[in-house]
Amino acid sequence: MIAFLIIYSATHAQVNISGKITNTKNKPLAGVSISIKDSYDGATSDSTGNFSFYTDEKGEHTLEVTATGYRPFEQIVNLNGTPIKQNISLKELVTELNAVVITAGSFEASDQKKTTVLSPLDIVTTASANADITGAIKTLPGSQQVGESEGLFVRGGTASESKTFIDGTLVNNFYYTSEPGLATRGRFNPFLFKGTIFSAGGYSALYGQALSSALILESIDLPERSSADLGISYLALNGGLQHLAKNKKSSWGFTYAYTDLWLAFKLINQKPDYYTIPVLHNADANFRIKTSKTGMIKYYGTLSTTRVGFRYADIDSVGMKDAFSLYNINMYHNLSWKERLGNGLKMISGFSYSTNKDDISNELQNGDNQKQLITNPVLFSFKNFGVVTHGNYVNAKVVIEKRLKGLSAIRFGSEYNHSREKSDFTLFNGTKAAEIIKENLLSGFAEADIYLTNDVAAKLGARAEHSQLLDKWNIAPRISLAYKLADNSQASFAYGIFYQGPERKYLPSYSKLNYAKATHYILQYQKLTNSRTFRTEIFYKKYDDLFKTSLTYGREAVVDNNGYGDAKGIEFFWRDKKTIKNVDYWISYSYLDTKRDFLTYPTSIEPPFAAKHTASLVIKKFVTKLKTQFNGSYTYATGRPYYNIRPDNTNTYKIFDKGRTKDYNSLGFSINYLPGIGKPNATRFTVFVFSITNVFGSNNIYSYNYSYDGRNKQPVTPPSRRFYFLGCFISFGIDRSDDVINNNL
Amino acid sequence: MKKTLLLLVIISSSNFLFAQSDKYVAAMKKNISQIDSSIQKGNAAELANNFERIGDAEKNQWLPYYYASYCNVVKGFIDPDKTKSDATADKAEQLITKAEEILGKENSETDVIKSMIASLRMMVDPQTRWQQYGPISSQNIEKAKELDPTNPRPIYLEAQAKFYTPESFGGGKAVAKPLFEKAIPMFDAFKPESELHPTWGKATTEYFLSQCN
Repeated sequence: MIAFLIIYSATHAQVNISGKITNTKNKPLAGVSISIKDSYDGATSDSTGNFSFYTDEKGEHTLEVTATGYRPFEQIVNLNGTPIKQNISLKELVTELNAVVITAGSFEASDQKKTTVLSPLDIVTTASANADITGAIKTLPGSQQVGESEGLFVRGGTASESKTFIDGTLVNNFYYTSEPGLATRGRFNPFLFKGTIFSAGGYSALYGQALSSALILESIDLPERSSADLGISYLALNGGLQHLAKNKKSSWGFTYAYTDLWLAFKLINQKPDYYTIPVLHNADANFRIKTSKTGMIKYYGTLSTTRVGFRYADIDSVGMKDAFSLYNINMYHNLSWKERLGNGLKMISGFSYSTNKDDISNELQNGDNQKQLITNPVLFSFKNFGVVTHGNYVNAKVVIEKRLKGLSAIRFGSEYNHSREKSDFTLFNGTKAAEIIKENLLSGFAEADIYLTNDVAAKLGARAEHSQLLDKWNIAPRISLAYKLADNSQASFAYGIFYQGPERKYLPSYSKLNYAKATHYILQYQKLTNSRTFRTEIFYKKYDDLFKTSLTYGREAVVDNNGYGDAKGIEFFWRDKKTIKNVDYWISYSYLDTKRDFLTYPTSIEPPFAAKHTASLVIKKFVTKLKTQFNGSYTYATGRPYYNIRPDNTNTYKIFDKGRTKDYNSLGFSINYLPGIGKPNATRFTVFVFSITNVFGSNNIYSYNYSYDGRNKQPVTPPSRRFYFLGCFISFGIDRSDDVINNNL
Repeated sequence: MKKTLLLLVIISSSNFLFAQSDKYVAAMKKNISQIDSSIQKGNAAELANNFERIGDAEKNQWLPYYYASYCNVVKGFIDPDKTKSDATADKAEQLITKAEEILGKENSETDVIKSMIASLRMMVDPQTRWQQYGPISSQNIEKAKELDPTNPRPIYLEAQAKFYTPESFGGGKAVAKPLFEKAIPMFDAFKPESELHPTWGKATTEYFLSQCN
């Protein structure tokens, strides 16, 4: 009996298991969990990677080793009394959190990704931007400070070399219609977008027909809650509603904005004489439907009208004026669908349809604003004209992606772009002429993301395009690589060939044409921590087959592809959110050395849209006591060249005069006051905005226009020395916290 | 002889049964007692793994996973490297979800943990993330209060949130102090369902109260 008890209460022989955990580079790993499956026994590795524990278990058991970010390790062990010493090396999992990211050529602004340098809020609050996406991007390295014409002029390229895409498909009229001497804004509200990628070169095979850059925008998904929005400023009124369904699986919304610059122009002196003060109507609607756990259909549509008319001194005469008038109506629809198809397959598709009507007229007027019909010299007869352009555009794209091991993936797809533009001209003598330019572009592309380890990633792609207008094919490679140098730093390289067709305004052409071509080589180094970012990029762009134009039947039209050029430079970006308390600032610097021979240039020259040195400093400081964010942004650029290029009496284009503008500098300042901030359950979110552009009133000159005889030279300047904005935006949320409690009890 | 043998068999078999749950109780008690000092000693990661092993071995107990989640959250708050916070929050969330699955529903204590997980995520980048995670954190505190009005821990969390919120936003020490003071007697009066159920928080509440003066 006692013997039985003694036998029963005898302790089991304890086995000691110990060892060291390292990664594949022999670096010790701390905090790793080592355990015997289905038992309490185990340990956690210390700072030297060592562990040691005793177990009571006997016989065959599984030793499990797990650590976040690493592949789990299992081994069968035999527990028979002898101590076990086991050194284990864990393999890193290739996860989004650890892997190197290919960033050569691009800046990303979104909330999620590791490598984002801007957040969507940054775009909206950058002082000089006036809540225009393009305005914020101009404070990053790569784009030029061109104020006389809209668009992004990137690394020596014109604005037409930069294209914008929303949810994958091309946006044909991203900016409001061109007005002489002005850079019009983008049509889209930055709050619409959750992700922005500004690629200054080397962009993916999924995009094409842009020699210089791609601005890739991704619209927001379902809103967090239903809300009503109201905006009041001295130049606009806007209101909208966003409704989130109770089951949080769908939402719909609409907004309407009315803009009238009457009060603004009364308070701020404008150089042009506005006889039709700009009035804009903007309406938009959207819906989003979650088709499954992983799929979503999104629709966004806009309808907008613009009316503007202004007079400016006619450059070719004394005392006469040009009266420009524009009436525009634009409609845009975008439908996109993302869905996971199972088996690691994902489909991303997008479709957009838009129409645009521009009714433009120019009238020569005398000092009393009366129309003057002058036909001698001949050039004066062309100053009276009208043109109505109707554009219809269809864009569609489908991408199928298959996830491979880890983060690797392959994707392929196809894109179709259709455009039809009909222009009805009315000449000074009442003669009418019509022109229709049609284009159907069909593209196919394939791309592979290859992640061998967390330290090396490659993106290989190819894109093929066929243009009906040119009746030609092209095929282009796109390659980029990234290599992780240390925990927070990496180097990236990108190479690609980019093709683009001619601009519609230089068509029809009477020659057989080819695509214009640009070859990009980009090398980048970046170091990113939670609070500081340093990036530097060096690039070389070779342009071939650029379009040359000349006057054909009174119009400038493309004649051949004998143009060429190149652009090279180096850029720096530094952002610091930590060093100065509550202050977030970034500095960009771009050096650009470029020359090209295209359009009517008689030879290869430094183009007027490129400055050698451009630098920006953006500062944001939030003062918690005042609940206010103060933003400043200062930009400096060295002078840009200007030319008087005209045909001489043998009809050959020549440079009759040239010069360089003085340096450009401008300081923008804005204040955002948030009275309701910090109340986590607040249902109302209000922000007051006040901003001033060009605080010091520098007399910036963008360029010069020459009269036809070359004797008169006029500076092209901003329409007003400074601009002020004052407005208030309120978002009323419909609190759903009650629903949450009720649904869970 | 037969009777004694039978008695012995009964005693030894029942010993065996009690030994298994004794083992569980003993292991839990041992680890629970180390939680309060883990902040100073820096061994929250080790405790988290200990609790997780117990949970994996037992399979039908929610408390080991609850404590494993809690220790992961504590580890996340202590770690100065904010780039690891999201991964730690993910792990803590996995564990508290396991606990709730075993329970079949959420309860006041699991909601307290979920509020802390949201706060951990928010601290990675408060300026950008407060709008997304702030409401989640405070909604979980409200749920915890409703599900058990005698639980002092949601009151402590609420007070701590106010303590760290700037005065101009309606927070600050003066606003937090009465909430900490309200929590202390609640800790004393609180009756946990078992000797293993959570009772943590009084020491840190007293520490914060001392900072409010």
